[in-house]
Amino acid sequence: MSFPLLTATAALPAVGAIATAAVPAAQRTAAKWLALLFSLATLALAVTVAVRFDPDGARYQLTESHSWIAEFGVRYELGVDGIAVALVALTALLIPFIVLAGWHDADPLETGSRRWRPTQGFFALILAVEAMVILSFEATDVFLFYIFFEAMLIPMYFLIGGFGDRAHEHGEQAAATQRSYAAVKFLLYNLVGGLIMLAAVIGLYVVAGNFSLTEIAQARADGSLDMATGTERWLFLGFFFAFAVKAPLWPLHTWLPNAMQESTAPVAVLITAVVDKVGTFAMLRFCLQLFPEASKWATPVILVLAVISIIYGALLAVGQRDIKRLVAYASISHFGFIILGIFAMTSQGQSGATLYMVNHGLSTAALMLVAGFLISRRGSRLIADYGGVQKVAPVLAGTFLIGGLATLSLPGLAPFVSEFLVLVGAFERYPAIGIIATFGIVLAALYTLVLYQRTMTGPVKPEVSAMPDLRVRELVVVAPLVVLLIFLGVYPKPVTDIVNPAVKQTMSDVQKKDPRPEVEAAK
Amino acid sequence: MSTAAVHSLWTTAADPISKIDAPKIEYGQLSPTLIVVGAAVVGVLVEAFVPRKARYYAQMFVSVVALAAAFAAVVALAADGYGTTKARIAAMGAIAVDGPALFLQGTILLAALVGLFTFAERRLDPEAHGRPVDSFAAQAASVPGSDSEKAAIRAGFTTTEVFPLLLFAVAGMLVFPSANDLLTLFVALEVFSLPLYLLCALARRKRLMSQEAAVKYFLLGAFASAFTLFGIALLYGYAGSVSYATIAHVVDGTAADIDPALADTMGNDALLLIGTAMLVMGLLFKVGAVPFHMWTPDVYQGAPTPVTGFMAAATKVAAFGALLRVLYVVLPGLRWDWRPVMWGVAIVTMLGGAIVAITQTDIKRLLAYSSIAHAGFILAGVIATTPDGVSSVLFYLAAYSFVTIGAFAVVTLVRDAGGEATHLSKWAGLGRRSPLVAAVFAVFLLAFAGIPLTSGFAGKFAVFKAAAEGGAAPLVVVGVISSAVAAFFYIRVIVLMFFSEPRPEGPTVAVPSPLTMTAIAVGVAVTLVLGVAPQYFLDLASQAGVFVR
Repeated sequence: MSFPLLTATAALPAVGAIATAAVPAAQRTAAKWLALLFSLATLALAVTVAVRFDPDGARYQLTESHSWIAEFGVRYELGVDGIAVALVALTALLIPFIVLAGWHDADPLETGSRRWRPTQGFFALILAVEAMVILSFEATDVFLFYIFFEAMLIPMYFLIGGFGDRAHEHGEQAAATQRSYAAVKFLLYNLVGGLIMLAAVIGLYVVAGNFSLTEIAQARADGSLDMATGTERWLFLGFFFAFAVKAPLWPLHTWLPNAMQESTAPVAVLITAVVDKVGTFAMLRFCLQLFPEASKWATPVILVLAVISIIYGALLAVGQRDIKRLVAYASISHFGFIILGIFAMTSQGQSGATLYMVNHGLSTAALMLVAGFLISRRGSRLIADYGGVQKVAPVLAGTFLIGGLATLSLPGLAPFVSEFLVLVGAFERYPAIGIIATFGIVLAALYTLVLYQRTMTGPVKPEVSAMPDLRVRELVVVAPLVVLLIFLGVYPKPVTDIVNPAVKQTMSDVQKKDPRPEVEAAK
Repeated sequence: MSTAAVHSLWTTAADPISKIDAPKIEYGQLSPTLIVVGAAVVGVLVEAFVPRKARYYAQMFVSVVALAAAFAAVVALAADGYGTTKARIAAMGAIAVDGPALFLQGTILLAALVGLFTFAERRLDPEAHGRPVDSFAAQAASVPGSDSEKAAIRAGFTTTEVFPLLLFAVAGMLVFPSANDLLTLFVALEVFSLPLYLLCALARRKRLMSQEAAVKYFLLGAFASAFTLFGIALLYGYAGSVSYATIAHVVDGTAADIDPALADTMGNDALLLIGTAMLVMGLLFKVGAVPFHMWTPDVYQGAPTPVTGFMAAATKVAAFGALLRVLYVVLPGLRWDWRPVMWGVAIVTMLGGAIVAITQTDIKRLLAYSSIAHAGFILAGVIATTPDGVSSVLFYLAAYSFVTIGAFAVVTLVRDAGGEATHLSKWAGLGRRSPLVAAVFAVFLLAFAGIPLTSGFAGKFAVFKAAAEGGAAPLVVVGVISSAVAAFFYIRVIVLMFFSEPRPEGPTVAVPSPLTMTAIAVGVAVTLVLGVAPQYFLDLASQAGVFVR
């Protein structure tokens, strides 16, 4: 038996979480370094996974399979296709930055008991989320996926509810109340989604008799597993609902602005750049593969919802006064693009969507983390409290601008490639939808540039006049992200090479029974 | 002929010539129950003859040894194949020794053993007169607030009757799920109920509330028992026998002989339906299903917390065991009649428990309503009427009992000047002050909520899967909806503990003796093990899932 690389990639941060949590209360700095060390080691493993992965090889590679709960027909089955490799790499890449960016976010202010260890908890929770996210990308057993899809809510919930910005316009007490409100809202939305999915998971078991993604998909493809149309649609809806809450898709998105606004910037990045990706990833992997017919049946409605997300998220972003809420609504708009790409059912669309997941992770991380640095300096999240920052802190302003330009998909930066692919993919089959979605880009330019203009340009406000520029730690966080954004904008081939074969596979799953002439033409 | 045990009594009375055979009792197969009953009797003697100083240790010794020995006997019987191939009906048709019976007896015994540790805890309450005291009344006979009570408290009296009472209750619970005729069922019901009524009244603090709880429990319980007894009488009228197998044959229309004395009433469907309804009503009262749940919150709140934990876990196990046997062994032929009704009961129980729990402000009442919701989930598994249904219910019960005992054990730790601080507002900020206790309680709450990687999820998944396969998909949907509602109030408690500011005059967390620590540690361990690696126990439950008929 070969070395279980995939298990190790997920187990390492889990071990790191336990180790970090076990660090004594006084040794806060040691806990931070330990967490960073584990996240870097995980990154090394994730890179190994990416290197060992052969894009032209079998669909699922590095597979592991062990019996787990035979009673339920559940196996511990892992395997990655190109899409999963890209997302595992993204996750492992972002976590060290998140850890570094959050270096001082959980230093205790208030007095608790001697055993109260918020710092250790903060970093342990981040690593726990990483472990669960990676496992859910790697799981090829529906039940296994479900377990981690649900379980990751708990550490996430504590991260949102337990740690927030020091600065709050209404004082510490109000901040705590709003934080726990946001955390509960996050948990309830996702838990309800997850429980509805649980009913569908049970239903799938009753119909299929096991949980193996590969087996069920195979049986679906060769016709040996026939689902009644109604059953398939109900099961699809159960799965899709959970993923749409997680992604989030309009009208199930309302938890995201609260959660991102109240949590610290690194946690906000963790939510939107890492955890939410599980939702879109799962649509691609589970909805399309397990329920191809129902996916096609639901496509028109989903596309409309995606377009509403794009436009609605962008419009609301334009109107925000709070920097973090603005980024949250921008993310909702971007998730609309990702879902649009997935359900356009063209290979450009799906390649674009996958690439978009990676690029959105990078660009949001850059923008949000710099915004977090900005907020921590001034102690306010309100756009109106800033002005003229670029004269005081040029490097901060510059990186903020690059993050912003990436968000609006400026050509030359990574998101442009993916957004373009998604729009081309959508346009081929649904021109009207493609045209409407394009307005999202125009609005993106509006909200990003207005945000930059209001905060960074103009006369220097007295409160920001003494603002220091980026420190070394912060530069270490931002610089690699900026480099990556530019690199992938110019040369996306490394990612697309890994992703494309997997997308072709998914496409063929969906189209096999019902080849549509337009797609053939598009290819 | 074992199937005619009571029946033969009837005919021998009419015919003095035939001799009564000495009943054949399989002592080995009945040993778990016999050990516990014997130990309970020894406990009474200890109470009478051992000097006061030594009683606590003597009682502890007797109880622990008895429960452990009884558990060993259960394991030995199961290892000998009595759970599967050698399953049989013992004691002249009165007791079934089979998989479900042994599995549930094992669960009850372990739960009782862990519960016993919380009963024996003597470090939580401040010492009285230099003596450590437990959570039970100094002198149960003294009127609350009277001089004699004050004197008893000052003198640091402790009573150790709770140990034999616990053992008697356990003995009844062991028989309840294995009873194979209706009279044995009724006797077992009374044997475990009466000690519980008493135990409920024995709280050291808030005695009036405790006594009120006991009176309510007793009155409603007696009422339910009366229903059960009446139902049994009607069923006897219908089938001419109290034996499960005989009634099942009469229901199926495959009865061998018809008793001439009962020829008028036998086979009268009205008797069957009304009798079944009343019998099942009594059992549903014990499991705390809506609409027979009214006693649960008051009793859970008023009873001494160790008793609440034990009762919530073990009573539920025993009562569901009996319910399963009645429905699966006696009344499978009546399935099409009872299933719709049980559907309704399960739906209102799940939703009712979950929705009413939202408004609770007392942690013990909250857990009471949560136990009602859980009864609903278990009923969904009962309704499946498949072997998977049985094994999923068995697994759920085992998983649930340890979470429950652990959760109530944590409740005993959080105290202020007035004893346990059960009002939810007092739990604010507990996570800051005692992160470990709060984290442990959070684990239990997450298990109640059915979050993956806890035993609660594995159990919930098992019953829902069984229900879905048994054709009760709508129940699964109602189940997940009420799970979502229930998640809300579990999470509210977690929010309170971790995200709220601690109150300056808030409660403190008492440091318990190793006894309570063990109870809590076992609870956490079982919760996590059954959540992460449930395979072995699911196998066990599925092997044990066949009733002997």
